[in-house]
This record gives sequence, C-alpha cells and structure tokens, in this order.
Amino acid sequence: MMIGASRKTAQRPLSSGKKLFRKLWAQKYLMLMSVPVLLYVMLFNYYPLWGWRYAFQNLDLSTIKKGAAWIGWGNFEWLFKEKLFWLGFRNTLAMSLINLVFGTTSSVLLAILLNEVNTRAFKRTVQTVTYLPHFLSMVIVVGMAQNMFVTDGPVNGILMKLGIVDAPVWWLGEGRYFWWLVGIINVWKEVGWNSIIYISTMASIDPTLYEAASIDGAGRFQRILNVTLPGIKSTFVVLLIMNIGHLMEAGFEIQYLLGNKQVYDFSQTLDIFVLEFGIQNNKYGRAIAAGMFKSVVGIILLFGANFVAKRLDEETLL
Amino acid sequence: MTAVPQEKRKPKRRDIVFPLVNGFILCVLMFITLFPVLNTVAISFNDGIDAVRGGIGLWPRVFSAEAYRTLLSDKLTYNAFGISVARTVITTLLNIFFTSMLAFALSRKEYILRKFITLAVVLTMYVNAGLIPNFLLIHRTLKLSKSFWVYIIPTMFSCFNMIVIRTYIIGLPDALVESARIDGANDLRIFWQIIFPLCTPVLATVALFVAVGSWNQWFDTQLYNGSKKYLHTLQYLLKMKLATSMNTTNAANTSVDALVNSGATKSTPVTVRCAITVVSALPILIVYPFLQRYFVTGMVLGGVKG
Repeated sequence: MMIGASRKTAQRPLSSGKKLFRKLWAQKYLMLMSVPVLLYVMLFNYYPLWGWRYAFQNLDLSTIKKGAAWIGWGNFEWLFKEKLFWLGFRNTLAMSLINLVFGTTSSVLLAILLNEVNTRAFKRTVQTVTYLPHFLSMVIVVGMAQNMFVTDGPVNGILMKLGIVDAPVWWLGEGRYFWWLVGIINVWKEVGWNSIIYISTMASIDPTLYEAASIDGAGRFQRILNVTLPGIKSTFVVLLIMNIGHLMEAGFEIQYLLGNKQVYDFSQTLDIFVLEFGIQNNKYGRAIAAGMFKSVVGIILLFGANFVAKRLDEETLL
Repeated sequence: MTAVPQEKRKPKRRDIVFPLVNGFILCVLMFITLFPVLNTVAISFNDGIDAVRGGIGLWPRVFSAEAYRTLLSDKLTYNAFGISVARTVITTLLNIFFTSMLAFALSRKEYILRKFITLAVVLTMYVNAGLIPNFLLIHRTLKLSKSFWVYIIPTMFSCFNMIVIRTYIIGLPDALVESARIDGANDLRIFWQIIFPLCTPVLATVALFVAVGSWNQWFDTQLYNGSKKYLHTLQYLLKMKLATSMNTTNAANTSVDALVNSGATKSTPVTVRCAITVVSALPILIVYPFLQRYFVTGMVLGGVKG
C-alpha cells in the first residue's frame, strides 16, 4: 500500500486538498474514537458557558417559559449590594485560607515524620491508615465529626479530662468555631493523601546528600532543616501557588452538611449562596451572576498563579 | 581512645530517642484517624436509647443490633444499595471505556486533530460554567431529571484521567502500534486488543477513582432525583439522616428521658445513622486494601505529568 501510494505521487503530485482527504480517510478510526467524546465535552462543558448570558437577564421560574428580558448589569448591581453575597465571599476566602495553611503545614510535617521512619512495614501501615479517610464521602466524614464534637462526645470528654475546658463546649452550634472545625476536619480527611506528593519528592532526594551532611556532623534535625526541606522547596512553592489559584474553592459539601441555622453567618459560602438563590428560590439570573463572578475570579487567580509559578520556576528555583 | 566511645554514645542515644518519639507521634496520628471510624461502628452496635447518653468509645456499652434490624427491615435500604451499586458499576465501565479511547487517539502523534482536541478537552479543567448553567442543561434542556441516567450520562468522561492514561500510553513502546499496523490491524483493533490490555495498571487506578467518586456522590440525587424515592442512593439516605440529626443534636440533650419513657423502639436516629454510615462505607473499606498499591503509583504518575 505504501509503495503504491508513493508511486502514484511520483507520477502526478496530488493536490493538497486530495492529500488532506487521503490523510483524514486513513485516520477515520482515530476520529471515530475521538470526535464523539469531543462532542460530549462540547455539550457538557462548553454549552453551559452559553448559559452565562442569563447573568444579564431577569431569568427566574416565571420568566423562563416566555423568555427573559435583558437587564444589563442589573443582576450584578443587585449582587454587589446583597449582604449575603459578601458574607459568602468572606466565608469562602476565610475557610480556603485556613484550609491552605492547615493543609499544607500538616501534610509537609507528616511527610517529614514518615521520611524519618526506617522500618518499611511501619511506614506502609501509617500511610495505609492515613490515606483511608480520603476515600470516605463527605457525608460519612461529617457524620463522624458530629459523633466526635457533640456536646457529650469524646472531644469534650478528653478536653475536660485534661482540664483544658471546664464545661462542655457547643462546637457545632457556635459560629466562631465553624471555620476551624472545617479546617480540622479537612486536615483529618486529607493529610495523608496530600503528603503523598511530598513523600515522593523526598524519596527522590539524592541519599549522598544525607551522608555528606552526616559526615559534616549534622544531627537529625539539621539534616531535616538543611537537606529535606530544601529538597521539597520547589514542589512546595509550586503547590502553594497552585492552591492560591483555588482560593475561591473552599469546598461546598462540608459547609453544606456541617452547617446549621445557628452557625449560618460563618458556614454560608458562595456555592451555598448560588444553591439557595438558584435552585431553592429559582432566581436563576442572579445565581448565575454570582456563579460567574466566582468562576471569573477563580480563572484570574489560576492564570495569575500559573504565571507567577512559571516565572519563579525559571528565575529562582532552577 | 577513651574519647571515641563517649562521642559515639551521644548520637546513639539520640538515635533511639528520636525514632521512639516519632513512632509515638505517628501511632497517635493513626489512632486519631481510626478513632472516629471505630467509634461510629461502636455506636451503630449500641442500644439506641443508651447511645443518646453519649460517652461511647471504641466498644458498644449495651450491645444491640437493633439499628441494623431497623435499617434492613426497610425496603428502601436495599433499593438504595442497588442503585448505588448500579450507578457505580455502569459509570466506571463507561467512563473507563470513553476516557481510555480518547487517550489512545490523542496519544498518536500522526493524528491531525490531536492538538485541537487536546486543547479543547484540557481547557475544560480550567473553565467551569458553575452549578446553575449545568443544572439548567441537565434539568431543562436534556430533561434527565427523575431518571437513573442522570447518574450516568454527565459522568462518562474525565479529563484528568484522560491525561493520566495518555501519559501511560505514550510511555509504551511505539513499536507495538507500528508492528500491529504493518500486520494490517486498524486503529480500533490496535486500541482494543493491544493497548487496552496493556494499560491494566493505570486503568485500575483510574477505575478506583471513578468508582469511589460515583459511590460517594449524593448531591446529584438531591438536585435531580430528590422526589423519586426509588432512585435514592445510599449516600443520599445518609445525607437525609444527617440533616435531621444535625438539627436535633443542637437542641440540647433533654430528650433522653422522653425517649426512655416512650420505650417503643430500641433504635434511635443516631444509631440508625451510624448503621447507614457503616453500610455505605463498607464497600470502600473492603476494596481499599487491595487497590492501595495501584493508586499510589497512579497518583504519582498523574501528579508528575498532570
């Protein structure tokens, strides 16, 4: 076949259109395998973007049948005056910042501790156990958290035994604890999982560096400080910047499931705001405006962070 | 000469102390990780009225399987379990099929549309229209609400997994595809008979993630199938139980006496909720140890290249 084709082209050069068609025909099965998936992605990922036009219309349950009217920036003007929106914005930022700080420090610490373990079996056991909560659903995790933090639960029991508190604390019903509870529960769920990337980075540190440090008289803590930490620096910085790109994502499930009326001022996030206005009150236009605001800020943060990460990669890290 | 052993002894003592402290910290960490899980199991096997008093640790105080009896006497529990299993199995199979198929097509360097489709698909990881536009598409445009297929159709493909699988395929020797092509096999056969079987390790990883994600999902049930009792999943049953107990646990604990006096049932919302938790977490706990070796390699693969 190849020979036949080349003889033909030698006789009479094919027009570029014919060449393209021939190539396309040769790849018909590749297209058969990829174009349906492309169409699927177009429908489920790109078509909804067209729904953003509703952010500029007064769309709700009553206008959706006969067609909504264009109202310009009306939805956004309403949004920026709405107290609940700014409440959600504040809570989203606060909780994602807490998650970022708690999550990063805890997983780096766990990775360092695991890196110092010499018994393989023990290391594997710790890893197996700490990865487990990552695979449990948030519904299960919040249920377990409820068992732990109820007023007569184990957490209050231990704290009272240790004399840290005198009377049981109402963890789930007081707003000022809510952000920190979310932070702690997220650490419990994800610390093992998030440490994987640091553990694998540490495993790739040249062991001769540790030997050299030992010969130079460095103790264990000095080795951690001067070999391990510099070894994970670039991974740490890149992940940190990437996480800054996700600051608008505080998670949705945990706040929605753990929140209740008493702590509403601290549990309501932008996602919950969108859900309450969009699905429960059918104010689609306003909810889409809020969602669009969140997406656009998220994209700007993400690309900004990517940009910074690339610059740092080139200039300071490599 | 005498100075040498002294010098040696000092770091040696440290070498014993640090691993001990480190091991102790990690043991405490494992305990903190496992305690809530075991505590939930203990509460689920405790007598309902007794459990309301609180203070149960790792072992039931008054043993009773009443919560499970209540749970298993309800036809909806079996139904929800069936729906959960069905959605997980079907979603995983279809998702693996379509995702790996695209991964193969986009791994072929000679493919004309490779760059365009890759860009179009990868961009979806960054651009998300948000909850309401997706809801309007599925609920109003496609009218998938109130049907089982709303669990399947929107989750048949995942971009991140596609990249992981594609990286794996690119790592396979090119000669496999070339020699098969010379033998006259077309791309469909090459994919299905040569590449797909060779991808088993990475496909196992990806399948685990897809399956866990599907099994753990409850929000789509709430959005689209909340009114259809026979389409509820286990996670959604649990979510409803959680929502009711979230409101009652905060209303103080004075109801113990009322519960004791009523004395009708021995299972209470708390123990039943814990029993559902155990039932819905059980499949993951069973599968988890076997698949553990797969997901770490897969995670590293995806983390490095993704």
